[in-house]
Amino acid sequence: MRLLVRRLLDSAVLLWLVLTFTFLLLRAAPGDPAALLIPPSATAADAARARAELGLDRPLVVQYARWARDILKGDLGQSFVQRRPVAQLLAGALPVSLGLGLSSLALTFLIGMAVGAVQAARRDTATDTVLTVLTTSVYAAPSYWLALALVACFTYGAARWRFPAVLRLPAFGIHDPAGTSSGFGAAVDVLRHAILPVATLTAIGAAGIARYTRTIAVNLLRADFVRTARAKGVPGVTIYTRHVLSNALPPLVVLFALALPGVLAGSVFVEVVFAWPGMGRLMVTAIFARDYPVVMGAAALYAALVILANLAGDLALPILDPRRRA
Amino acid sequence: MNISLRVSSTWRARTALIVLLALILGALLVPALAPTDPRAIGDALALRFNPPLTFDVERHFHLLGTDGFGRDLFTRMMLAARVSLLVGLAGALLAGVVGIGVGASAAWLGGWIDRVAMAVSDALLAIPRLVLLLVCASLWPPGVVMVVVVLMATGWMGVARLVRAEVLGVRAHAYVESARALGARPQRVLWRHLLPNALGPAIVAITLGVGSAILLESGLSFLGLGIQPPQPSWGNMIADGRDAIVVAPWVALAPGLALIATVVACSFLGDELGRTGNR
Repeated sequence: MRLLVRRLLDSAVLLWLVLTFTFLLLRAAPGDPAALLIPPSATAADAARARAELGLDRPLVVQYARWARDILKGDLGQSFVQRRPVAQLLAGALPVSLGLGLSSLALTFLIGMAVGAVQAARRDTATDTVLTVLTTSVYAAPSYWLALALVACFTYGAARWRFPAVLRLPAFGIHDPAGTSSGFGAAVDVLRHAILPVATLTAIGAAGIARYTRTIAVNLLRADFVRTARAKGVPGVTIYTRHVLSNALPPLVVLFALALPGVLAGSVFVEVVFAWPGMGRLMVTAIFARDYPVVMGAAALYAALVILANLAGDLALPILDPRRRA
Repeated sequence: MNISLRVSSTWRARTALIVLLALILGALLVPALAPTDPRAIGDALALRFNPPLTFDVERHFHLLGTDGFGRDLFTRMMLAARVSLLVGLAGALLAGVVGIGVGASAAWLGGWIDRVAMAVSDALLAIPRLVLLLVCASLWPPGVVMVVVVLMATGWMGVARLVRAEVLGVRAHAYVESARALGARPQRVLWRHLLPNALGPAIVAITLGVGSAILLESGLSFLGLGIQPPQPSWGNMIADGRDAIVVAPWVALAPGLALIATVVACSFLGDELGRTGNR
């Protein structure tokens, strides 16, 4: 219980540091922060008024105090371009990114662990070498490149190699603009649109997890307790589930938390390539529009998600690993 | 260096070294010796989107085809390799130097300096590196220098943590105590005894960092926030080919293969260095 409270406090302090950092970064950037925080189209009089309103004519400490008060109230500022609260924009984009991220994260672990387990069981054979080269290459591939390769396959390739209609997967957007907007048809439509983005993220994530799983499992299969279990005649399946899997899970749970930032970062590119209205695309669009409140709000939300994931990993560890229960 | 000798004895390390050497040679020689200027735009309508392994109407052979302006993709890819490799290497090395400096001073000086350095590095690690890069890229004008500086600013934390842990570990060894007892000054103990013994993991991390720096640079350039055209980099070449993905997928996909080969080579090299270091 004390550990829980301590970890919660640590996470809160860390989140506050990150938020402060985004505040400072905006003010450390070249030029007048007012130029960044006031819409470029504003007239001189408007700019002066907005400057006073935003408190940019006050000392930095006062600005920080005001900013902190707003943050604590949940106010992340106003988007210049869309003229809506940043918090509202983020709330609209978050479910898209989370849906994309979490479904690929789940598939990532299922597929990655399976591939890694196969490699460990067949270690130092041709299968293992081929899978090692494959996972290393996919892991090294930039997500946007893999996304474009899939797009090429399902547009250029589909026309060239005459794919059947079922396999002609949509490569852009989250739903068919001409399709139905509710009910079963709409759900199927979203699912079909999700296949390529989720596949891209899953492929890269699963390749990484497979490499870790292989290393962990190879070491475990060499362990003394596995040899003992074999010697006393425990069947192979039981060795894998009781002895190998239960020992491999705790480090993989830590990895689950550590994999989240990668998936989120990957989803930035995937959202851009596949035109999904998630946080990554919101952020990139905001960067090009010089919409700084949105940029900073999205960065802060990403950081909050990563801190939460790490916290969840830390808290889940004692549940899976009896040795960590103090 | 005996590390490099030992490394080159495994097949992975050998492949990695050969790939990297071939890329560096290709980057230096191919654009210089190419029959067509990779930057010049000729008769774009007649020359554009030639598929790989074909001759164009001017009877020039194109290994990887041509892009939307009729320029040879392979030559441009090798020209882009100069920028991509240099930026990745410089970004990772500078980040490593900063990381070693911060980590060593945090461990050596201890106290509030240590606490502040680790708090800052924790806070920076909590933001996904790409997001941090995007924020910086949006605040400063794009270009080679900006990308290198931002890679340095967002990449030092991992190395700093490693070096700090190593220095703290090495400090407990008897030979450090003996050096102190013999009257060595603190700076000498740090430079002669602590750092050389604490550097191994940092070198591995930096080698692996080159790959991720190249990936991040390409990502920024793909989004249009990194290296700016007409200067080619693998990332902005892929972005160039994106609009033509439906009619000429090789324009976007070819530069990615060079990128993947480089990153795989860096990770093989880093893994092998780590393995030999642990023996």
